[in-house]
Amino acid sequence: MTNLRTTALGLTLGVAGLSAASAGELTIATVNNGHMIEMQKFTSVFEEANPGITVNWVTLDEGTLRSRVTTDVTTKGGQFDIMTIGMYEAPIWGERGWLQALEFGEDYDVDDVLPAMRNGLSHDGNLYAAPFYGESSMIMYRKDLLDAAGMDMPDNPSWGHIQDAAAAMTDKDNGVYGICLRGKPGWGDNMAFLSTMANSFGAQWFNEDWTPALDSPAWNHAVNFYVDLLTNYGPPGSSGNSFNEILALINAGKCGMWIDATIAASFVSDPSQSEVSDVIAFAQAPQAVTTRGSNWLWAWSLAIPAGTKQADDAQKFIEWATSKEYIELVAETNGWSAVPTGTRQSTYDNPNFQEAAVFAEAELKAILSADPENSTLNPSPYVGVQFAAIPEFQAIGTAVGQQMSAALAGDISVEEALEASQKAADREMKKAGYY
Amino acid sequence: MTDKQISDIKNRIAVIAAWIVACLFFFPIFWMVLTSFKTELQAISVPPKLFFKPTLENFALIQERTDYTKFAWNSIVTSVGGTGLALIIAIPAAYAMAFNSGRWTKDILMWMLSTKMLPAVGVLMPIYLLSQKFGLLDTKGVLVIIYALINLPIIMLILFNYFREIPKEILEASRMDGTSTFNEITQIVMPLAWGGIASTALLSIVLCWNEAFWSINLTASDAGTLPALVASFSSPEGLFWAKLSAVSTLACAPIVVFGWLCQKQLVQGLTFGAVK
Repeated sequence: MTNLRTTALGLTLGVAGLSAASAGELTIATVNNGHMIEMQKFTSVFEEANPGITVNWVTLDEGTLRSRVTTDVTTKGGQFDIMTIGMYEAPIWGERGWLQALEFGEDYDVDDVLPAMRNGLSHDGNLYAAPFYGESSMIMYRKDLLDAAGMDMPDNPSWGHIQDAAAAMTDKDNGVYGICLRGKPGWGDNMAFLSTMANSFGAQWFNEDWTPALDSPAWNHAVNFYVDLLTNYGPPGSSGNSFNEILALINAGKCGMWIDATIAASFVSDPSQSEVSDVIAFAQAPQAVTTRGSNWLWAWSLAIPAGTKQADDAQKFIEWATSKEYIELVAETNGWSAVPTGTRQSTYDNPNFQEAAVFAEAELKAILSADPENSTLNPSPYVGVQFAAIPEFQAIGTAVGQQMSAALAGDISVEEALEASQKAADREMKKAGYY
Repeated sequence: MTDKQISDIKNRIAVIAAWIVACLFFFPIFWMVLTSFKTELQAISVPPKLFFKPTLENFALIQERTDYTKFAWNSIVTSVGGTGLALIIAIPAAYAMAFNSGRWTKDILMWMLSTKMLPAVGVLMPIYLLSQKFGLLDTKGVLVIIYALINLPIIMLILFNYFREIPKEILEASRMDGTSTFNEITQIVMPLAWGGIASTALLSIVLCWNEAFWSINLTASDAGTLPALVASFSSPEGLFWAKLSAVSTLACAPIVVFGWLCQKQLVQGLTFGAVK
């Protein structure tokens, strides 16, 4: 009996063994993207410069990161002292008081941060997250295939031109497809791209009275164009493709054009990753009836949850990780082509960066042209280019994404998909009390 | 054709079919191990490459980026701890049900098993909040408790079946000698059912080792297990298949070796009572 008691006591103590974070210990939740992984490698530089602060990393895949940090911030779980969040979360969470406003000293040079990024991560004039790297979307295309087809690529092509180029570059017998676009369902997957495409066709997510506008002729036109384009000139199984799947295809020389995040430019132009790195060129995202909202805006950013007890140390880390000095540190160690981009004007002004990154000019132009507050042809009540910065959008975007993916796969018609999407969005908005 | 020849042909077909099924099951593991020795570019090449110059760079990178031993140690502690805790609860419970069964015993067992049919995500929020309340987030303790609870129904069922095989007369004889219930369990039932308890424990350890959902959702930097480490290598932007395969290979390796060593007991545990 004594043995049993001892075992039970031991188990109880073992089970109850807590591991409260000690003072000066920062836990950072992040996503497994290249720039974030590099940041982890440079942690020792920060720790040496700030004795007494140690940094623990929790790396999660994007979906899990979103659900984990959302749970933590809403329940004030206190598991993380710094969270990697996007442009969608920052203003919404800031407004609800879930994040601490960031205030930087003069040395940080906050005015150097690109205005589009600053605005997208702010609410009521307060910056709630500092951009670590930012992106827009643009066209990446095979110049060799386009030349062989006797065509050129204007800097601001129309969707009609893209369709012609896709037709000319497609060579299905040799496994080359004129265009590769996202089709995998998700508000951050196919809907990120489709929203920008719809914007350029004159569509928008919501009317001024917050009623969904997915039943508009503009949406119908855009989605029909998208489905026809991928059905005729896209790779098989496009409804399951997102960033990584298409990156693999284009790097293997299977895609003529790809319209996606500007961050992809550094991958497709890297000879160690891409078989076609020397023949890739860049242009601005295509437009149909307007250029407004035709390219998205996103930033992976660092924010401090309101519940943390290490706010001062967290602020120090963010100040370091998003500074000009950090970018120079990466450049010194890995070269200018490997620095996190899309955040600071000084990076694009640097001649070394301009020389190392063939995509620099196109990327900056895309980022500067994206305006989250004015992203639709007709007036709309929301902020955001490829999303509407309201809490309900995540559910709506995902539901609509599933319908679009089904339409692309040929399971339902575009009209059926849009009708179901309109109903889903309407239900969600009514439930939330918008009208 | 004689009956013996027909029987031989049938046996051969059965053997070939078994090999095909085994190969189908093994192929993803084979491909994972193969991919772990490729570069990212080779991992995504179309058509897939079967022959290539192998590289260890993915394993080196994992070593550089992560603390594999910490995650492996967490897996060992939580798997063994969860199994131990579950056995402490399940052995007396299975004893009670096997030797003092009543009208509702089977219904109770079925009710316990039915908890396995509930999707884990359905109870994520209450368990997360409880863990937070008791200060157990990101501790091995919370995983030990969860793993014990999620495996308890299966452990109960298997032990119940094992215990029922023990003749009641042995227990009656011991009671005549004045043995207490505790001694009856520890000195009679457990030694007699030791093989069954061991194989049940092995099965539970394997199930705990592979559990990902709770580990990913309840841990952060301290108590993550190997499945959490594997999940951290998935990337929304950038190629990761070769690295993911390498870390998956490292996560699977210990439990595959463990399972191989305990193969006989595991099969015995899984097939117990199947041919009655």
